Amino acid sequence: MTTPSTPADPAGTAPAGAAAGAGADQGAGRGTGAGPDTGTRQPVLEATGIRKQFPGVLALDQVALRLYPGEVHALMGENGAGKSTLIKVLTGVHPADDGTLLVDGAPRSFADPLQAQQAGISTVYQEVNLCPNISVAENILIGREPRRFGLVHWSALKRRAAELLTELDLDLDVSTPLGSHSLAVQQLVAIVRAVDLSAKVLVLDEPTSSLDREEVAQLFTLVRRLRDRGVAILFVTHFLDQVFELCDRVTILRNGRLEGEYPIGELTPVTLVQRMIGGELATLDELSEKAQEEAAERVAGEPFLTARELGRAGSVEPYDLDVHAGEVIGLAGLLGSGRTEAARLLFGADTADSGRVTVEGRTVSLRTPRHAIARKIAFCSENRKAEGIFGELTIRENIILALQAARGWTRPLSRTKQDALTRRWIEALDIRPADPEAQLRNLSGGNQQKVLLARWLLTEPRLLILDEPTRGIDVGAKAEIQKLVARLAADGTAVLFISAELEEVLRLSHRVAVLRDHRMVATLVNDDGVTPDRILATIATGADS
Amino acid sequence: MSTGIANTAARLTRPLSRGGSRRAGTRIPLIVTAVLLVAMFTVGSLRYDGFFSTQVVLNLLIDNAFLLVVAVGATFVILTGGIDLSVGSMVALSTMITASLVEHQGWSLGAVIPLVLAIGASGGALMGWIIHTFEIQPFIVTLAGMFLARGLCYTISTESITIDDPTTVSIAQARLYGSGGLFVSVSVIIALVVLLIAFVVLHHTRFGRGVYALGGNETSARLMGLPVGSTKVAVYAISGLCSALGGVLMTFYMLSGYALHAMGMELDAIAATVIGGTLLTGGSGFVLGTALGVLVLGMIQTVINFQGTLSSWWTRIVIGGLLLVFIVLQRLMTGRRAETD
Repeated sequence: MTTPSTPADPAGTAPAGAAAGAGADQGAGRGTGAGPDTGTRQPVLEATGIRKQFPGVLALDQVALRLYPGEVHALMGENGAGKSTLIKVLTGVHPADDGTLLVDGAPRSFADPLQAQQAGISTVYQEVNLCPNISVAENILIGREPRRFGLVHWSALKRRAAELLTELDLDLDVSTPLGSHSLAVQQLVAIVRAVDLSAKVLVLDEPTSSLDREEVAQLFTLVRRLRDRGVAILFVTHFLDQVFELCDRVTILRNGRLEGEYPIGELTPVTLVQRMIGGELATLDELSEKAQEEAAERVAGEPFLTARELGRAGSVEPYDLDVHAGEVIGLAGLLGSGRTEAARLLFGADTADSGRVTVEGRTVSLRTPRHAIARKIAFCSENRKAEGIFGELTIRENIILALQAARGWTRPLSRTKQDALTRRWIEALDIRPADPEAQLRNLSGGNQQKVLLARWLLTEPRLLILDEPTRGIDVGAKAEIQKLVARLAADGTAVLFISAELEEVLRLSHRVAVLRDHRMVATLVNDDGVTPDRILATIATGADS
Repeated sequence: MSTGIANTAARLTRPLSRGGSRRAGTRIPLIVTAVLLVAMFTVGSLRYDGFFSTQVVLNLLIDNAFLLVVAVGATFVILTGGIDLSVGSMVALSTMITASLVEHQGWSLGAVIPLVLAIGASGGALMGWIIHTFEIQPFIVTLAGMFLARGLCYTISTESITIDDPTTVSIAQARLYGSGGLFVSVSVIIALVVLLIAFVVLHHTRFGRGVYALGGNETSARLMGLPVGSTKVAVYAISGLCSALGGVLMTFYMLSGYALHAMGMELDAIAATVIGGTLLTGGSGFVLGTALGVLVLGMIQTVINFQGTLSSWWTRIVIGGLLLVFIVLQRLMTGRRAETD
């Protein structure tokens, strides 16, 4: 067994066997003996010294990873730590620049995903990578269809797919097109495909990010069943509690380097996060108290913006809202409750068909985003890829976009000015890589989000609308963005904060507007009496109890 | 009571009912096309003498055999979400090469046809390779191919080359008679064989299913380990091969080679494919639908011929209107898909 030639934690090397035993004890409700005996067995997959350079970004440097049969292994790290890149290297999507990859002790290198699959490594990605237009059966077996006389043997194909699903306790009509099933079912089908391809190593890249609680439980049952069959599972997630619930060992990456490998029993959520971000967790509790204290005084003055009977048919019913300078208003509600739609009306991204808006006492018309930007309103979309970033442009170009648009094209920002502004914001928001000329598509999700924030902050908005700014990004970046919101509010910017996480909404907001079925059902002042439960009750019943 | 619960549980694991209708939804345009074809035939039969006969239908095939072959090739490309604009020019080039080699150089058909087919297939493969390797949009690459092939026609001759070669003429005029004096040309048989092969390939081979998967989601297809690159090259090669074969059939039909043959046929082929129920976005459609689409185009032409007073440009106008209706129909279907996803 080779030892990673990296600054790995000692627990990750020699005494790992004993430590893993402790980990198994800690994991309650886990099958006995399920904890991998890392001391004596050979890893099914072992990567050492992995290095990967992208243009302008050293994504991985001296990274190591070991997977043993029959374990669920978490791969943790902040956004941009290199998790996705490591997975892509392991599964043959990107070739590594340097380093060795051993599968069952034999050195291998993969030129494409097919070769990795043939070697026994398959991946289920965050976005289901199957074809929605063809049947469930074909999705499971495409490329390996049973054949007779050189032609696809359809009845055998369906039978085999049904068998595979039944083995894992799934009951689906395999001849239905995949796209007719829910995302969760599609994810399970993707896993069934991956497992049938190769039963050695299964990589799950953020499989739970779009699933609800019940679906996650179903997924975990499946994962545990596979683990008990001896499959090595690499589990990538941002959800800490899921790591502690499911995983046996953890490998932590930080800034493209290996931070260490630990049995889960040696970590607590706090130490895990500390190792991920390499520092202390921001003290967010203070924020919360301050927010509540200030709530009353913020609401006292004249509102910056008022909306009266503002609505759009089929999108959001007419609502009233006052936004004061320096106030953070949280929009809470379930997915699809009209949170985003309500915010889009204020930015002119959708045109309201009823009601009116005043900004600083004057009635204004917000028919297009240009009108809104002219009133110093900014909007960071939840749909970062489609409505936010320009992946082909550089960090600098992405950051100055909104400011340049607001100035008009006849008054271009000088290059010196652009560089200075970009440098300032890269530093202020700790955007990585700190290279103004790096292409945005090469950045991780969290850093792309920061660039978007910088773009709008540069326009010095009076009202900043943030739609799910922390979704899909890790705890470190999340804390930074939350702190930034609090700081902006303290400086007098009004913030409309939309998030699916109630805790986050409550921590930051002075007031919380609750939406349900496209209707704003309540606006609550965030005092001690407001709890996630009370908001949930409001969402459930449609009225504040 | 307990059966009620069991039913509910069963329903939960079944696809959404909306999804069920969507599955039928992919066949709606196909059904509409078939109904349209029957309706046009019925109306034609009622209004015009001599319309209601099997030979009218067979003549549809005789007059459109080359278009059917070309449209089958186009269907492969469109199923992957691509487009091939070069097919019309490729047909013209094939007629030119065939006519000039047979008439001017005295080659035998047995040597010319394989050569023409090879040129078509390799030209298509080259375009496919460029599209895949340099990640250029198929529209642009095949547009270049379209100009190139049309231009090459003029390097052979600017005039029409009439074929007098006795073998060619006898094949072209050969009629295969069935019962009741009904007949078809050799080209019809060839076209139907091509259609049959295409159907088997698309629905019953790994390659064919790969074509659908590629059209459904290219990234997924790649990550599922399917040979995306070779599939892409292959569909354009097939399209090139089919247009070359279409060109050979057109040479028989016209008994000439001419640089102005098959002007705009790429658009007829695309129209037939779309009217036949294949989504321009790829991943959904049936090659048999394409055959129906070709017959619909032919039927419009026939009705207008029987009408007698309308100019043949009305064919274009009707096709244009029909195409618009089908594109909107597609849009409504894919719109619903986006919602359920």
